[in-house]
Amino acid sequence: MKAAPFEYARAASLSEVCALLATHGDGAKLLAGGQSLVPMMAMRLVRPAWLVDINEIAELKFIAVEKDMARTGACTRQGAVERDHALAARVPLLRQALAWVGHVQTRNRGTIGGSLAHADPCAELPLVAQVLGARMLLRSGTGARTLEAEKFFAGPMATNVRPGECLEEIHWPAWSWRHTGSAFTEISVRHGDFAMVAAAAQVAIDGDGRCVRAAFGLGGVGGTPLAFPKIAGRLVGTRLDDAAVNDAAHAAATETQPGSDLHASAEYRRHLAGVLAARALREARERARSL
Amino acid sequence: MSETLHAVSVEVNGKPRSAQVPARLSLVDWLRDDLLLTGTHVGCEHGICGACSVMLDGEPVRACLMYAVQAHGHRVTTVEGLAKPDGSMSVLQDSFCEAHGLQCGYCTPGMLIAAQGLLNTNPDPTEAQIRDAIGGNLCRCTGYQQIVEAVQLAAERTAKEAK
Repeated sequence: MKAAPFEYARAASLSEVCALLATHGDGAKLLAGGQSLVPMMAMRLVRPAWLVDINEIAELKFIAVEKDMARTGACTRQGAVERDHALAARVPLLRQALAWVGHVQTRNRGTIGGSLAHADPCAELPLVAQVLGARMLLRSGTGARTLEAEKFFAGPMATNVRPGECLEEIHWPAWSWRHTGSAFTEISVRHGDFAMVAAAAQVAIDGDGRCVRAAFGLGGVGGTPLAFPKIAGRLVGTRLDDAAVNDAAHAAATETQPGSDLHASAEYRRHLAGVLAARALREARERARSL
Repeated sequence: MSETLHAVSVEVNGKPRSAQVPARLSLVDWLRDDLLLTGTHVGCEHGICGACSVMLDGEPVRACLMYAVQAHGHRVTTVEGLAKPDGSMSVLQDSFCEAHGLQCGYCTPGMLIAAQGLLNTNPDPTEAQIRDAIGGNLCRCTGYQQIVEAVQLAAERTAKEAK
């Protein structure tokens, strides 16, 4: 349970990260919070030649709440995001999801960008990114580009980040409707473990209780977290009554192709997908109505 | 085989400590094997059990999921650092004895760090908050009930002392 030898560089700035990545190419791996990478290295599932430590780069650690979005630096700790009240007021789904992420000790060290770049299909933050349509700003020695969540996640533990690129910041869209509610729920073997299935939802209603926008998604039932914009679009104009919510959740669950493992069969996961999607949508609706 | 060594300077339990370490040396191995601070325990070595919890700049983290080189320039508090300056046990440590919050003791240093981390920011936690705070620490002996009671006792005692 000890990592294989590697060379280590503590980067002091983003430009230094880009230079190191350009020099060492595929042999280099970025070390953010290390809550997934370090265990994988201990088990020797990963043996990078170089680790580029981004933990001491101040410019990658910030939370900025703006009018129509919140921005977080890639190396911002999950615990810092969880505790930020202004952020929770604008993008409440983040705090709701983080309550399910690991434990206090891992959230104090784990980062937002690290979780997204790790791209575990069962992980909570990638699901939030997918549901909200977060945008990832990627930096390399030759420039910067932005990828929408939908294009960012490529498969289980795989993203479309190119060699030489570093995730710099994440833009989380904030909805401006007054009656906006969101919810996150999941089933796992033990609280804090990876989700068997996770569901996230956000809805906005007008003063008459009619849905003006809806978004929801599921984790753990495919190679990437899944959002269902077409199905969610059908909820717009409804009163989000239980029948409409159940129809949408069922339609989404039917589209999933989960795998089977020791803990749950594909059939059970698909069943959970429908139940949890409906639960998340109902909780989001109740929060929206209570505002 | 020779590995590159990196200089680290870390404040451990209030004292400056410096060393040359290979990059892959975990923080918990450095604390135990080089600094001989064996209070912190090594359990699973991959971030599941919580036995190796220490405070980094005042916040509980897993010392098996950090390399010692990453602690450079930071403050680390181990279970040895929880005791009072005269070496006697802290209120929390004493409460663990009083409430029988341990049997074999293997998880105890991690439990103490997790619980102290909670009490530092929330001196009057609910039972649910206590259970959440120690949720990342596995104990195979006590069933957790007496650990929760020990933390509650420590909170009560600290509140009384403050009056």
